[in-house]
Formats: sequence, C-alpha cells, structure tokens
Amino acid sequence: MSGHSPEAVKKQVRTYIAVFAALAGLTVLTVGVSYLKLPLGAAIALALLIASVKGTLVAAFFMHLISEKKIIWLILVFAVLFFFLILLYPSWHAL
Amino acid sequence: MSETGLIKHISHPHPVTGVTNSKLGVWCFLASEIMLFGGLFSAYILLRTGVTDWPRGHEVLNVPLATLNTMVLITSSVTMVMSWASLELKNLSKFKFYMTITVLLGIAFLVVKSFEYGHKFEHHHFPSTSNFYATYFTLTGLHGLHVIGGIFVNLYFLLFGVKMWEKDPEQFTGRIEAAGLYWHFVDLVWIFLFPALYLL
Repeated sequence: MSGHSPEAVKKQVRTYIAVFAALAGLTVLTVGVSYLKLPLGAAIALALLIASVKGTLVAAFFMHLISEKKIIWLILVFAVLFFFLILLYPSWHAL
Repeated sequence: MSETGLIKHISHPHPVTGVTNSKLGVWCFLASEIMLFGGLFSAYILLRTGVTDWPRGHEVLNVPLATLNTMVLITSSVTMVMSWASLELKNLSKFKFYMTITVLLGIAFLVVKSFEYGHKFEHHHFPSTSNFYATYFTLTGLHGLHVIGGIFVNLYFLLFGVKMWEKDPEQFTGRIEAAGLYWHFVDLVWIFLFPALYLL
C-alpha cells in the first residue's frame, strides 16, 4: 500500500471515516437488537450477521484486504478454512 | 537503505509475491492467531451447547461498559489507520498525534476492562466459578493480553522506532502498516467476542 499519491490517500481517509460511522452504527444496532429479547436462535443469527458485516468492513478497509495481493488472500483462505473446520467439526462430532 | 541488510524486501515488494516480506510475515502470524482464537471459540460453542443452563450474557455481564469498550476499540482502529495514512502523506507530527491517541485508547480499553474484572471479583466470580466464567475470563483475558502487546508495540514505534523515519521512511511506513494489521485484528476479535459473550 506504500507510495500512494496524496489524493489517493486523502480519498482513502474519507473511506475510513465512513467505515468508522458504519461500525459505530452497527454496534448500536447489535446492542439495540439484543434488548428485543428475540428467541436464542434468531438472536444468534442476527448478532453473527452484524458482527460479520463489521468484521468484513474492518478487514476490507482498515486492513486493506480490498486491494491486497493474491498471496495474502491465499494465506487468509487457508486460515479461514481451518478456522471453520476447528470451529464446527468438534461441535458436529459432539451431536 | 535496509534492502542491503540481512532480510531482503522489507521496504519494497518482493518480485515474486508482490508484497514486502514483513507484510507477508505479519499475515502468516495473523493466520496463526486466527487458529488460536478459533480453538477457543470452538471450546466456547462446545461448552455452551453441552449444558442447558448457560446464562445469557446480558443477565450477568455489564453490557453498557462493554459497548463503551467496543466504541473505544473501533475508534482506536480508525486512529491507527489514520497514523499510517499520515505517514503516507509525509506528515510525521500527525502520525505522532494519531498514534498517541491509539495508545491512549488502548489503555482506556484496559482500564474499563479492569473495572469489569474488579466488579466480578468483588462478587466472587472467578474462572473457577462456572464454565461460563471460565470461558469469559479466558477469552477476554487472552484478548486483553493482545491489547497490552499492541500497546507496547505502538509505544515502541511512537517513542523509539520513529527514528527510522529519517533514514528509511518507506520501511517505517511499512512497519506502521504491519502494526496496524495486528491492531485491527485485535479489534476484529473483539467484534465477535462482544456479541458472543455479552449479548447472547
């Protein structure tokens, strides 16, 4: 990401501010939704959805994944694959 | 230039990968961190689905304080990325300003967390109290250790590492980007910890 033109960086800064506003709004939303006392299944689905959107925003813009090289994506794809394996396999096995 | 040093391609991208070796290294480290927290999240799901009387987070934990801490970490992520952007704009004083705010917000997060922990200890809630508290203290404790580590790294760059700016601004900017990747990851983990522990 190093060596961008000042104009490009200033444009990125505006994006960072917009992402910050979205993250703050989604935090208020997820807390607000938790007060609705939804059934656990629906509450988990909604909370996970909001957290995933927030996580995607952080990874895509703050961590520059949106414009990152293929090799970084390759590392990440493997990590995420094994993350879901380690997350879901024991639970599935325990059922 | 540091390209003549022992480790090559730390200021400029490697011709094969297209990224600096330092960035590649940080991403490999973050991949291992994903697995570390993945194992613990897996344990959380297993423990929670294995019992019928798991407490809802908001009944036993302080949601307003955790919401405040979420805002603190999100803001620190923005100031972190702004410190990197300031270096890209060749503005060292703005870098110092944003990095100082980032460090202070990291400390603020820990202060709020210590109030939460103190309140729990006062009511004799320890990791040994229940599976819920064991999970809560393990996950938030490990996350807190990551915040402490990040504060030390950021403080180092703010107070001592900044000397590199004079002789190799590109490498220093790369270092701040790498430190930022780690800091954003710590923020990202909290984004999932917060609903998992406090809201569900």
